[in-house]
Amino acid sequence: MIALQLRESPSKQMVWLSPVIALALTLVICPLIFAALGKDPWQGFAVFFLNPFSSAYNLGEMMLKATPLMLIGLGLSIGFRCNVWNIGAEGQYLAGAAAATWVAISFAPMGGGVSLVMMGLAGMVGGMAWAAIPAFLRSHFNANEILVSLMLVYVADLGVSWLVQTPWRDPAGFNFPQTIQFADGFMLPVMFNGLRVTWVFPLAVILLGVAHVFMRHSYLGFQMRVAGQSEAAARYAGFSLHKTIWVGLLSGGAMAGLAGMAEIAGPVGQLTDKISVGYGFTAIIVAFIGRLNPIGIFLGSLLMAAFSLGGEQVQQYLGLTSSIAKAFQGLLLLLLLGCDVLINWKIKLKSS
Amino acid sequence: MKNSLKLLASLAVTLGLGLMPQARAADTIGFVYVSPVGDAGWTAQHDMARKEMEKAMAGKVTTKFVENVPEGPDSERVIREFAQNGAKVIFTTSFGFMNPTEKIAKLYPNIVFMHATGYKSNDSNFGNYNARFYEGRYLNGVIAGKMTKSNILGYVAAFPIPEVIMGINAFTRGAKSVNPKAEVRVIWVNSWFDPGKEKQAAETLISQNADVLTHHTDSTAVVQAAEAKKIYAFSYHSDMSKYAPHAQLSGTVHEWGKYYTNAVNQILAGRGKPANVWGGMKEGMIRIAPMSSAVPKDVQTMVTGLADKIKAGTFHPFTGPVVDQDGKTRIPAGTTISDGDLNSMNYYVEGVASKYPSN
Repeated sequence: MIALQLRESPSKQMVWLSPVIALALTLVICPLIFAALGKDPWQGFAVFFLNPFSSAYNLGEMMLKATPLMLIGLGLSIGFRCNVWNIGAEGQYLAGAAAATWVAISFAPMGGGVSLVMMGLAGMVGGMAWAAIPAFLRSHFNANEILVSLMLVYVADLGVSWLVQTPWRDPAGFNFPQTIQFADGFMLPVMFNGLRVTWVFPLAVILLGVAHVFMRHSYLGFQMRVAGQSEAAARYAGFSLHKTIWVGLLSGGAMAGLAGMAEIAGPVGQLTDKISVGYGFTAIIVAFIGRLNPIGIFLGSLLMAAFSLGGEQVQQYLGLTSSIAKAFQGLLLLLLLGCDVLINWKIKLKSS
Repeated sequence: MKNSLKLLASLAVTLGLGLMPQARAADTIGFVYVSPVGDAGWTAQHDMARKEMEKAMAGKVTTKFVENVPEGPDSERVIREFAQNGAKVIFTTSFGFMNPTEKIAKLYPNIVFMHATGYKSNDSNFGNYNARFYEGRYLNGVIAGKMTKSNILGYVAAFPIPEVIMGINAFTRGAKSVNPKAEVRVIWVNSWFDPGKEKQAAETLISQNADVLTHHTDSTAVVQAAEAKKIYAFSYHSDMSKYAPHAQLSGTVHEWGKYYTNAVNQILAGRGKPANVWGGMKEGMIRIAPMSSAVPKDVQTMVTGLADKIKAGTFHPFTGPVVDQDGKTRIPAGTTISDGDLNSMNYYVEGVASKYPSN
């Protein structure tokens, strides 16, 4: 008989092995799903999992799609470490995109990347301002930041919709809800000719390193980790819980705002009412699959990006619905939760 | 060992199949859709037309489509993927695909890209097409004006873009032309497809005494709400009489099939990209759904007569005077509105009781 036995202490190996096992199980189960849908399982596997890696263009697209997930996942992980549950990164992403748009449509382009730096800073400030609302309400009135940040997503969405329909509408755009297309000076340069991935991708990787140093080696980072593990211990040590709430939410807001800027100044090139595609929510999965750790978030964001590319590919080549990508993402998350049992428990074979 | 080699080989083959251009026996025509195909609605009409074209061109083309593509940066990748894999013609059927289509058209000068409902094009391989939905709307409005008892007509709409505003105004002008007391009330749901919100909006309009409804959204929720409350409705995009056999009086139906067949024929024959077209009832891109038996014979005759005049080009629903709801004359008497003014319409005509959203 198989039984679960509580480990004496959580297994350090399993913390890292669990996502690997979950991914391996996903890879095993997926061909079965393709077979059940009446498709050749190997072809399904190849198109879904291998096509995204099959050309420089596809790799570039994967990096492009991973960029916002990586930035937002990184920002959220800082808050999640200290039990600050910012679920509204999508709203902060929109607020950042709107703030960056304001720069792009209000100023003349300046040389030497000054315009882009201004847009990036505006994006971060916009995202932080949006995240400051739940931070203020939580720290002053103990309002639940999960609900407040989530509700603010809808407010941001309608706000952007109003901006592009009224004050910022392109006068030459036949009244369609969109701003002008940004001048070249407000567009992020691409890393390689012919690909769409911009220099924000390496910037996101560098920021992952910065976040790691901050959480591991700074006093504030230490306070936040303690607060995450035990609020009582943090309070006893005299650490300010208000500070952890603010830092947790603002870092999420800043990164989401930067991601919003990177999207409108990158592949989109204008603000429209269609820029919200759920990166703020997918990034929550990325943060957890990545174990709230920089390397994990790096890999997790690339994996989620590959899944969504794979979903498009099976639609284009096999005629399957694109929802299959969501089903696989869900399957991976479910298997991960299952495998995580093994962090605190071990499997024991008992003779009956 | 042997098995794993076989596996590797089959992987290589399948991967190759996925990436190589298709064999040249039949030309591939790609379609990019914004929403799932479904049985009725915007995308359903395009997909029906795709099948019609494929049948008409049997053996010469194979068609492929990708549905539910969001109108953002992802659409550019989907369009490029079709181009990369040897499609000869690519149709992108939603406004938000315009800029991505333009970008990819620049990269693939030998492929023709046709975009529905936008306003951009080039001289060589990027064109646009759209239909004069407002012609059907006007005729529906005439029927509505004749059939209403409460003189309140309800309109559930998605987003205040010119195409939608034009429809509301045409419907209102149609109704007012036969019933000066008729007024139109509009509720915006801020979504193209949200059956829950569409139904709620329909019910709100009914509670305000509207006894004829129509909609510019993508589901069948509004006609179904009318059916449930035993009032009248007009369908949009598709004939929805299946969903509302008693409520549906008529509707405005999109017909893209002939257009797709002609366009593909022209391109494959090497006669270049089709000219930009904004076609109406005359070109067969729009028709009204058959009028139900609830519509009196004299009204049917009148509407058929008007339809003939529209087809002949002797009647335009926006012939001046066009007066907006603040009483300002937008198009003086005796002139007909220009296509440019139609395409940037940002006011309600008199007879719309709701306030214009952006003011």
